[in-house]
Amino acid sequence: MKANNIFVRIIKDRVFKGAAVVFSVLSILPLLFILLYIVKNGIAVINWQFLTELPKPVGEIGGGIANALVGTGILILIACLFSIPLGVAAGIYLSEHRTGKLAYAVRLSAEVLHGIPSIVIGIIAYIWLVVPMGMFSALSGGIALGIMMLPVIVRTTEETLKLVPGTLKEAALALGVPYYKTILKVILPAGLSGVLTGILLSIARIAGETAPLLFTAFGSPFMDVNILKPVNSMPLLIFNYATSPYPEWHALAWGASFVLVVFVLTLNILAKVISRK
Amino acid sequence: MKSQVVRVESFSASFGEHRILKNINLSIPKDKVTAIMGPSGCGKTTLIRCMNRMHELIPDAQVTGKMFLYDEDIYSMNPILVRRKVGMVFQRPNPFPTMSIYDNVIAGYKLNGIKLPKTEQDSIVEDALRKSALWDEVKDALHRKGTFLSGGQQQRLCIARTLAMKPEVLLLDEPTSALDPKATSHIEELIVELKKSVTIILVTHNIAQAARVSDFTAFLYLGELVEFGPSKKLFTVPEDKRTEEYLTGKFG
Amino acid sequence: MIQEKIFQNTLYISAFCVVALLIAIFCTLLHASFPAIKEFGMHFVYGKVWDPVSGEFGALPFLVGTLLTSFLALIISIPFSLAIAILLGEYLKKGVVATVLKSAVELLAGIPSIIYGFWGLFVLAPIVRNMEIQLGIIPYGVGILTASLILSIMIIPYSASIGREVIRLVPADLKEAALSLGATRFEMIKKVILPYARSGIFAGILLSLGRALGETMAVTMVIGNSNFLPKSLFSPANTMASVIANEFAEATETLYLASLVEIGLLLFVVTMIINIVGRYIIQKMSVET
Repeated sequence: MKANNIFVRIIKDRVFKGAAVVFSVLSILPLLFILLYIVKNGIAVINWQFLTELPKPVGEIGGGIANALVGTGILILIACLFSIPLGVAAGIYLSEHRTGKLAYAVRLSAEVLHGIPSIVIGIIAYIWLVVPMGMFSALSGGIALGIMMLPVIVRTTEETLKLVPGTLKEAALALGVPYYKTILKVILPAGLSGVLTGILLSIARIAGETAPLLFTAFGSPFMDVNILKPVNSMPLLIFNYATSPYPEWHALAWGASFVLVVFVLTLNILAKVISRK
Repeated sequence: MKSQVVRVESFSASFGEHRILKNINLSIPKDKVTAIMGPSGCGKTTLIRCMNRMHELIPDAQVTGKMFLYDEDIYSMNPILVRRKVGMVFQRPNPFPTMSIYDNVIAGYKLNGIKLPKTEQDSIVEDALRKSALWDEVKDALHRKGTFLSGGQQQRLCIARTLAMKPEVLLLDEPTSALDPKATSHIEELIVELKKSVTIILVTHNIAQAARVSDFTAFLYLGELVEFGPSKKLFTVPEDKRTEEYLTGKFG
Repeated sequence: MIQEKIFQNTLYISAFCVVALLIAIFCTLLHASFPAIKEFGMHFVYGKVWDPVSGEFGALPFLVGTLLTSFLALIISIPFSLAIAILLGEYLKKGVVATVLKSAVELLAGIPSIIYGFWGLFVLAPIVRNMEIQLGIIPYGVGILTASLILSIMIIPYSASIGREVIRLVPADLKEAALSLGATRFEMIKKVILPYARSGIFAGILLSLGRALGETMAVTMVIGNSNFLPKSLFSPANTMASVIANEFAEATETLYLASLVEIGLLLFVVTMIINIVGRYIIQKMSVET
């Protein structure tokens, strides 16, 4: 070996590590830019009026996003009502039946459901609900979002309940507690924080979803709590305002983006705090 | 009053292809401590699990033969009723982590949806904790989580939880295997004290423990009941050659 | 025990529903796109003309648009995601910097795609437009390149986190063996970790591709929405997802709607295959170690 060989090798090592650091930092930069931009443009618009008033027609000053906030709330509620009972029950089934054909099929299906592009889910909700009912509706949008939440809830429920020690189940059964009460009152409470984390993460996943709502919830300038009628949502409002030609609307969209990002990030942080307990 | 609590008649058990118990015949005397000992894998845990039908948790478990609790066929009773009458404590302490000490003791009632007046609950909890010699240590901390207790205390909490259901029989599956020597002697004293009010079946791989606390001993080897009799006799003049070899440490 | 039965059956039916849901989705897509499949057959995939007015539907422009944006995004993102994966998986396993970097990557994954699109439209597109003016090409600003850039930012967190996991799976004794033979950390990463984790890293890239293919909103907002075959990386185009987002609500004729659903069906099938293969590779790798 030549004498300078080791020198070259160490240089290479340093350069490589340096490159890894530089590229990593570079990929964080867009995040900072996006957050900064949203904060800068968003905070200026946000006030009490912005949060509590309905949108105003073009040309009038002011207007708010109250209907989108309420609409997003309604959509999330419908999605939860659809996906949480079904997802938790299927998750319990998986943790109780580790092997078996159905369990295998359910795991695979959850995996594939998770990967389906959200726009395709929108098509499905359109065909299943909007066409038969003859109109766009909050219900169809909520179901579309619920289908997207489902696989996350199934997986996290299964993973968490698998971590609950089997001895707890034995303890309850040995006290003469029926199986279903053992699961519902001992196993599920023991894994509750994990299940909750999964639910929060899945809500965070769908709160900002736009694509499945384009032709289901559709959007609306009115405040409407009838779930059979079209409803506005935060991401839909951002999309419609951002792609409009009016600067006042762009400003409103930045404000709405700020609110949405804060909401989604809060959910993520909350999920982390709960899962640490 | 009958003197035989549990009667086992030509009982065999298998998991899939694997035969664990072979034609066991055994009668457990009332209000005594019966130890079941043998090398690991001899089927002793399976035998007591079959007594409260906990083996049914394993999908391919199959049994033949009969078991009686007094005169009732255990296998024609509802398993949930069997388990309330035949309580069980496991190798590792397993208090419910989401419940307080108090709730752990009363858990058998709560989880079964049996509603009792508060005063009756209080007296059941106190009685069970006194019987398991835990009352003095935890009476001021009844509403703290059971998981804060030491291993030995947790195990006594599990015994209290089982006693609260007022079982006919108490199955102890190597209850001291996860405990230190001091906690073990605590539990052993407790076992001797408890036999005044409940029939105890103790599974152990510890010969000395069986000799210390039991009135009767059964020796199981490779799924067969080799010998069963009063402990005094079995430990001093065993009838079977295999028992003698086991006691003198030739195998296991 | 009647409650016991009800409970068991509820679990069973719920589990079955998850499978049934997937099958129902596939059948619905197949059924709803049937008029288009019958009318165009294979021509749908290589037909260059998408003209709702004359009722001619060929999806080639969108297939090309999707493939171009997705692969370009992958190529742009690989050095970045690999850097994060190696940094977090090998150099910085604990500590403040690692936590900050990890949280930042998670934040990046948590930001809704509509926000990326919005930002891309108002910040990134003008930058690209200026660049195009400098280069002397028609300055659309929006187009394949802009969409790829946004997409690449969006998929970095996915491939990075999968990459980190598979790098962590490399057994410590292998790494120690290499180091004890006098290899530098870089040589150990190059000769031991990367070959060992190769299939897992590939799976991570594959799964990111699956996400890129189906990403809708961010792309829709910055790709320019043109139904013609893209001529260069700067030209406006449409992807499979973006054309559905743009045209589905106004598609009233049966054939038009069926054609859009068929694009959805293609997306569904492709992402399904990618996901199954990707998961399979990762599963195999974690079982082996």
